[in-house]
Amino acid sequence: MDLSYSPEEEDFRARLRDWLGKALPALPPKPSPDDWPGRRAWDLGWQRMLYDAGYAHVHWDAEPTTRLIFLEETEKAGAPYVGANFVGLLHAGPTIAAEGTDAQRARWLEPILRGEEVWCQGFSEPDAGSDLAALRTRAWRDGDDYVVSGSKIWTSHAEVADWCELLVRTDPTAAKHRGITWLAMPMDAPGITVRPLRTLAGSAEFAEVFLDEVRVPAAHRVGEENDGWRVTMVTLSFERGTAFVGEVVACRRVLGELARAAHADGRWDDPVLRRRLALLEAEFRALWRLTQWNVSEASAGGVPGVGGSIFKLRYSHARQELYDTAADVLGDAALDLDRPWVLDRLSSLSYTIAAGTSQIQRTIVAERILGLPKGR
Amino acid sequence: MRFRLTDDQRALRQGVRDLLARRFDRDALRAAVERPGLDRALWRELGAAGFFALRLPEAAGGVGLGLPEAVLAFEEAGRALLPGPLAATHLAAGRVPGAAEGETVVTAVDPGGLVEWLAEADVVEGDATGAVSLRSVDPLTPLHRTAGGSGQPAADHVADPVAVLLTAAEQLGTATRACELAVQHARAREQFGQPIGAFQAVKHLCAELLVRVEVARAAVYAAAVTADPGDIAAARLLADEAAVRGARDCLQVHGGMGFTWEADVHLLLKRAWVRTRRAGGGTESEELLARELLTAAGR
Ligand SMILES: Cc1cc2nc3c(=O)[nH]c(=O)nc-3n(C[C@H](O)[C@H](O)[C@H](O)COP(=O)(O)OP(=O)(O)OC[C@H]3O[C@@H](n4cnc5c(N)ncnc54)[C@H](O)[C@@H]3O)c2cc1C
Repeated sequence: MDLSYSPEEEDFRARLRDWLGKALPALPPKPSPDDWPGRRAWDLGWQRMLYDAGYAHVHWDAEPTTRLIFLEETEKAGAPYVGANFVGLLHAGPTIAAEGTDAQRARWLEPILRGEEVWCQGFSEPDAGSDLAALRTRAWRDGDDYVVSGSKIWTSHAEVADWCELLVRTDPTAAKHRGITWLAMPMDAPGITVRPLRTLAGSAEFAEVFLDEVRVPAAHRVGEENDGWRVTMVTLSFERGTAFVGEVVACRRVLGELARAAHADGRWDDPVLRRRLALLEAEFRALWRLTQWNVSEASAGGVPGVGGSIFKLRYSHARQELYDTAADVLGDAALDLDRPWVLDRLSSLSYTIAAGTSQIQRTIVAERILGLPKGR
Repeated sequence: MRFRLTDDQRALRQGVRDLLARRFDRDALRAAVERPGLDRALWRELGAAGFFALRLPEAAGGVGLGLPEAVLAFEEAGRALLPGPLAATHLAAGRVPGAAEGETVVTAVDPGGLVEWLAEADVVEGDATGAVSLRSVDPLTPLHRTAGGSGQPAADHVADPVAVLLTAAEQLGTATRACELAVQHARAREQFGQPIGAFQAVKHLCAELLVRVEVARAAVYAAAVTADPGDIAAARLLADEAAVRGARDCLQVHGGMGFTWEADVHLLLKRAWVRTRRAGGGTESEELLARELLTAAGR
């Protein structure tokens, strides 16, 4: 067991820190949360800066340790996280890298890294959330195209996306998990209607997407026809396995801010609050260690295992607890949307739902890791 | 950075596991419950295997390994529910003649005033004059309380971090055992015509057991590598949670059987409770972390 970094790794850290020190002050001011085109441009601008500096690849083919250092340093420096590029960088891109053809990799991977194209995820449907394989959006072959009709829901960033990783049913007669196909759909194709949905935090973070005979070239199919469920498992393992790790560092930063705020206003003398903050400190230290453990066990660029469900489960609850504790520190100010942490508290309510609910993750841990029998 | 067990560490863990499976299996555990007392022969065997001398330099007749290896050995002891003042004797190796070899049984007075295994120990570290015996909740851990012991260490007390870490490692082992027992039972016991493990309510209890174990494991192993007091305090808090909550959930999975003396579940829970009071208890670790939260600059 070794937690020390090699001279090369420390060198990488030093160069990155140095670059961040110069790059961050050059960032334009952050657009308002409701300005979607502005947010897209800002997030992609940051990705482009990373690309030009040689750091764009860091989520993909870098040594796992390099990736950890990158996450640590960018979070500590208060640099932006992946933002609108979330799906492309953290799961659509890695899925195409693992399952796509050479032509597909050549077409889609570079634009993601250069910060030119944004992806969204069209998996969930009104009647297929946890039971994802029950999806009904249909696709049939017409010449060189698939023709797609149906609807998707909770599609994050759909309004500003160029591409959608889309799950469709290509064989309605096959068993539920067998007739599914994974397509890359251009979001500007005729027949697509995006209707924004307002979240409980007040913003239009996600949308409904209606598909009316949308034509998607068959060349945009990733994996074989009707083999999309297997490809989906790869996508989900990236989404659950590695997509959240950077945020643990951010949680530790928030926790430190909370402690200082409580100290400044005298609340720190309350041993109950103090120990609650201390328990969260223990929690996030441990989650970071678990991240280091998982990353050490994984090979560079490999598909993460189901162990990601363990991390996702614990992390999502811990982060909600963090912001509930922030509300205790804030007191009455926790009801003021303009105060720090209040919007974060609202956003954190989605963590135990998005990317597979906690109940679904527990079932996965019990059946796939502990080997308990499947229920009837 | 390669934060995973080396081949040597795996071999060491397996070695301790094999030794304990041979010398302290379930029958031995249950026999010890009926006839409490320290098994001196086993203590000497542990000594011969290097359990107490693990961190002693080779020049001093020890094994010359570090905290990570000690943590792996103590995790196995916790998994087997091995009784005895293991941490105190391990910490005395090199200082108290015979401790390293397992010839001398050493116990220590905890800052809160509790002493484990006072009557059986050859050497007591700290002042235990006038200590009275309690009717210990754990049938496998005899307890005394010193006359002046308040049950709480002084506010400015700082427990020996190594004692805290080794205790956390034992808790981790016990938590692992609780998870294994729960899963075994969930697979075997049938109700409504199927294994209870097929029911989601049971499945989810088991999943949470594992999640707590794995989070605690990462924390305990990392603390063993860094030896940082904050990391050690965090590890202890998570390991306490994994062991105590784990044993309770394991009991729930066992249903009525879990409430019996016959089942091992209560032995896991009671030992886990005893350890939560050791070395300053959880409160001391919480306060240490709270202080670190405030002082950590530019982390
Ligand atoms: C902020 C946010 C962003 C999202 N972004 C996207 C996106 O970009 N793309 C996308 O495709 N999807 C997205 N989702 C959808 C998300 O994946 C689903 O909401 C999630 O999988 C749950 O599905 P559901 O909402 O249909 O809830 P349901 O499946 O209806 O679940 C309702 C409740 O029932 C429980 N439940 C359901 N089935 C079981 C079971 N078998 N056992 C035990 N409990 C069960 C659930 O745990 C939950 O508590 C997003 C969701 C949120 C909140």
